[in-house]
Amino acid sequence: MAVARNLVRGLGEVLITLGVLVLLFAVYQLVYTNVQANRAAAAVGDRLEDQWAADPNPVKDSFAGIQTGDGFAFLHVPRLGATWRKPIVQGVAPDQLARGVGHYPDSAMPGKVGNFAVAGHRATHGEPFRDLNRLRTGDAVVVETKANWYVYEIDNDGEIVLPSEIGVVLPVPNKPGVEPTERLVTLTTCDPRWGSTHRLIFWGHLESVQPKSEGRPAALGG
Amino acid sequence: MYGWIWRHLPGNNAVKFGCVMLIIAALIYVLFVYFFPWLDPRLPFNRVTVDEAEALS
Repeated sequence: MAVARNLVRGLGEVLITLGVLVLLFAVYQLVYTNVQANRAAAAVGDRLEDQWAADPNPVKDSFAGIQTGDGFAFLHVPRLGATWRKPIVQGVAPDQLARGVGHYPDSAMPGKVGNFAVAGHRATHGEPFRDLNRLRTGDAVVVETKANWYVYEIDNDGEIVLPSEIGVVLPVPNKPGVEPTERLVTLTTCDPRWGSTHRLIFWGHLESVQPKSEGRPAALGG
Repeated sequence: MYGWIWRHLPGNNAVKFGCVMLIIAALIYVLFVYFFPWLDPRLPFNRVTVDEAEALS
């Protein structure tokens, strides 16, 4: 009798404990990862700006020697906010995505022929792409590097694909083996926001390049 | 389980309460700094890249 009662009580305690753990994990996801990621992204951004300020050759971009995890540019998306600006880090593993927007390492660099492809979290870990679904054809996406503003223009209203569709980040999207001739951008995130069954994809093409010496581009209020 | 732990903590009720607070703080620290970051990428949420490996997960 006592044994059975103790067992039931013990089982109840275990179940409540598991419930509390799940709750704590939700707090971790919804609060802690955002605080951590925003702090890490700010540090990446500050370090990058310091590097740029100290660079002896400020007028020519060079992406040589970039390591996984390094910040090398900033992404501006006016549709997501007039002051929306996130650092872009090399790599799309969880460690990199927790510090900013990640750059698919096999994809092109900003402004280059090919496809400059990036990924960002839509929920938790700073959720840079929380509102990415608001993007529309014609919206500006600007990549800020040491020397230039690369102004891209979005060409679609958001395509939902399966996570296995690696063709979307190819040099010519969905055309494996074809040599690229255009300078494109691709942004990927999850869909729906609180699940990862699919991916939300935006493509764009390079509209203009403006040296930083000429001030901010029109797309960013310059 | 919890009753057993409580009975085996040292000191009077005030001391036991203090111990429980410390244990909880330590557990939360281990969870948030070690366990949850380990667990997070292994769960099928928060996946934002296109990847051949994604097809398998």
